[in-house]
Amino acid sequence: MKKQSKPKVAFFDFTDCEGCQLQFANMGNTFLELTELVDIVSFREVMSENGQDYDVAIVEGSITTDNDVARIKKIREKAKILVAFGSCATIAGVNGIKNRSPLELAKQRVYGDKAGLINTIKAMPLDAVVKVDYYILNCPPYIPEIIAVLKAILLGKPYPLPNYAVCVECKMNENVCRYEKDQECMGPVTRAGCNSWCINNGNRCYGCRGLVEKPASDAAKDILQKYGLKVEDILNSFTLYNDSMGEKYDQEFK
Amino acid sequence: MTKSSNKIDSQNLNVDVHYLTRVEGHGNIVVDVKEGKLAKCEFQVIESPRFFESMLVGRSIWEAQHLTSRICGICACGHTLASIKAAEDALGVKPSAEVVMLRKLLLYTEMLDSHILHIYILVAPDLLGVKSIVPLIKTHRPVIEMALRMKRMSDYGAEVLAGRHIHPISYVIGGLTQLPSREGLEKLHTLMLESRKDGEATVKIIKTLKFPQFQRPTQYMSLTSDDEYAMYDGDLMVNGEKSKVRDYRKLFMESVVDYSKAKISKINGKSYAVGSLSRFNNNFNKLHKKAKAVAAELGLKAPCYNPYLNTAAQLVEWVHCLEESITILEKILKDGLKEEGVVVASWPKRSEVGKIKYKPNTGTGCVEVPRGSLFHEYTIDDSAHITAANCVIPTNQNIGNLEDDMRKLVPELLGKKTQEEITLDLEMLARSYDPCISCATHLLDVSFV
Ligand code: SF4
Ligand code: SF4
Ligand code: SF4
Repeated sequence: MKKQSKPKVAFFDFTDCEGCQLQFANMGNTFLELTELVDIVSFREVMSENGQDYDVAIVEGSITTDNDVARIKKIREKAKILVAFGSCATIAGVNGIKNRSPLELAKQRVYGDKAGLINTIKAMPLDAVVKVDYYILNCPPYIPEIIAVLKAILLGKPYPLPNYAVCVECKMNENVCRYEKDQECMGPVTRAGCNSWCINNGNRCYGCRGLVEKPASDAAKDILQKYGLKVEDILNSFTLYNDSMGEKYDQEFK
Repeated sequence: MTKSSNKIDSQNLNVDVHYLTRVEGHGNIVVDVKEGKLAKCEFQVIESPRFFESMLVGRSIWEAQHLTSRICGICACGHTLASIKAAEDALGVKPSAEVVMLRKLLLYTEMLDSHILHIYILVAPDLLGVKSIVPLIKTHRPVIEMALRMKRMSDYGAEVLAGRHIHPISYVIGGLTQLPSREGLEKLHTLMLESRKDGEATVKIIKTLKFPQFQRPTQYMSLTSDDEYAMYDGDLMVNGEKSKVRDYRKLFMESVVDYSKAKISKINGKSYAVGSLSRFNNNFNKLHKKAKAVAAELGLKAPCYNPYLNTAAQLVEWVHCLEESITILEKILKDGLKEEGVVVASWPKRSEVGKIKYKPNTGTGCVEVPRGSLFHEYTIDDSAHITAANCVIPTNQNIGNLEDDMRKLVPELLGKKTQEEITLDLEMLARSYDPCISCATHLLDVSFV
């Protein structure tokens, strides 16, 4: 029988902290196993080779310059499968906060009188510019989910994202709700899939996975009602990762 | 990449490394020698800026750590700690001795992690004449497995201490949202004891590798302390003179160059270095005795003027951090941890929002991260919202020094090596600084000119 050739995988990064890619190095031996299943042809952070021929493009970071727009379009043309990797790539992540003030002001705050040297546009997730086939959420991505998505890709199956709130996972983990401790938490409106990572560690949810589709429904509703909150009450905090919520907030409340 | 040229020309050279690989972020090396004259010698940072200092303006200081840890995936713990220290300085919050001890442990853990990543994954391929770790997975499998095991140990440490390494969860202003579990700390202790022999094996390997010979004395800046090998706290030290962290703007000057998104930083009008070699040169006497022994075995003496040996200094620090971590862990396992360091996830509480008035203030925090001294500075208003922010990242401080190294190195190699060899030497030089370019573009000076 003819051995099927291994899929060629390339990693690309746009404007970001490169933490997403590092999660691969943090996988330990799973990373070694992965190198046996796929051919990594380009991974600038760890190798000098730069393969131009790939099937799967795993792309992290947000689009923030005209050059980025052109580059992601080229990557899309070559890739059979394009994976948006991490919050920066899927929902613009913390980069989206930049969009909350005029670009000129942001440039000037940072580069003073040399602001003119800087070329920047509104921070955008990848799917604002190109079609995305698979989404790996979270900042940084949650390793069990990375593996689940990669498995789906290798098997040629879709990877449906959970469409319930982080609260569901949080309850299953039997955490004391942050609202019980007079705290705010984005769990009721945030899409699950991280196994309530932050709350398990005593913190609250900051919403790094983006909004669940119907944020006011299901588990979210119960929590909010119990503590006498409206969805809007927590949208302000939501601008940490999701700038479009910031715009919505501004329109409705300012 | 460079054009092939086998003929050795002592008059002309053109190096254009577009996207230096095996570093964090995007940078170019451009060197141009025409008729024996060095016309251009630049390390260009071309990463798209992310505007963190602007993002911070208007946000609550209680969010600063969460946001600024996202400046860098590699040094997320270091950014977290510099950020928390700056915020605490601004708010007048003083953490307990136990919390400080846990913070040091987290910082050492990150140092262990980053140094091993740099030594094995980013530098070793150069010294072994291959392009990446990937072929080494086949040819040097046991070594790669060892490197990953060492990395796994430190990753596990960050997981136990802070929930995860990349963007730690439980370290916040005032303390921790949750204490690390005893079982986790016990397992970490075991892993660290086991790592000692991997460390010894790594020393044997690094000893056999040949680093390029090159010397250029420069100014070395780092934290320094009478009590210990300074990483979490201390005064700034350069040329044997101390200054306070909050006076950092008086100590070094930054200027904008038009070919790069990163500023060039100078002390007394001259470039300077930060990072492992600087700390080693400034604070050698405070190293753990096992780390001193490793330095002796590697033939590394303070002061050392060969920037390529930053990698060797990293290994010395790796041993130091491992031993210090084991000491801290043994103290914790003996005495236990008290709950007093546990604070709520975010202040103020929901019921306090808008009711507390703060003193408008500016706070500065500095810690040593793998690549050198990292500064965060925030100014807050009376509702503890940030009105101005400044983050000074080690890579930025090193860029001027790297360029000065290249200026001395290139003429020394001209006519002796081929263009490819010179290019590789320059790439290796840049990599030896372990530049973290994705962070470097966030360096800015918020003073409006
Ligand atoms: S999603 Fe988070 S971890 Fe990934 S690159 Fe963006 S900031 Fe870094
Ligand atoms: S609100 Fe937050 S802490 Fe409470 S159940 Fe939901 S996710 Fe958990
Ligand atoms: S708990 Fe919230 S902020 Fe934390 S990882 Fe999950 S979605 Fe992201």
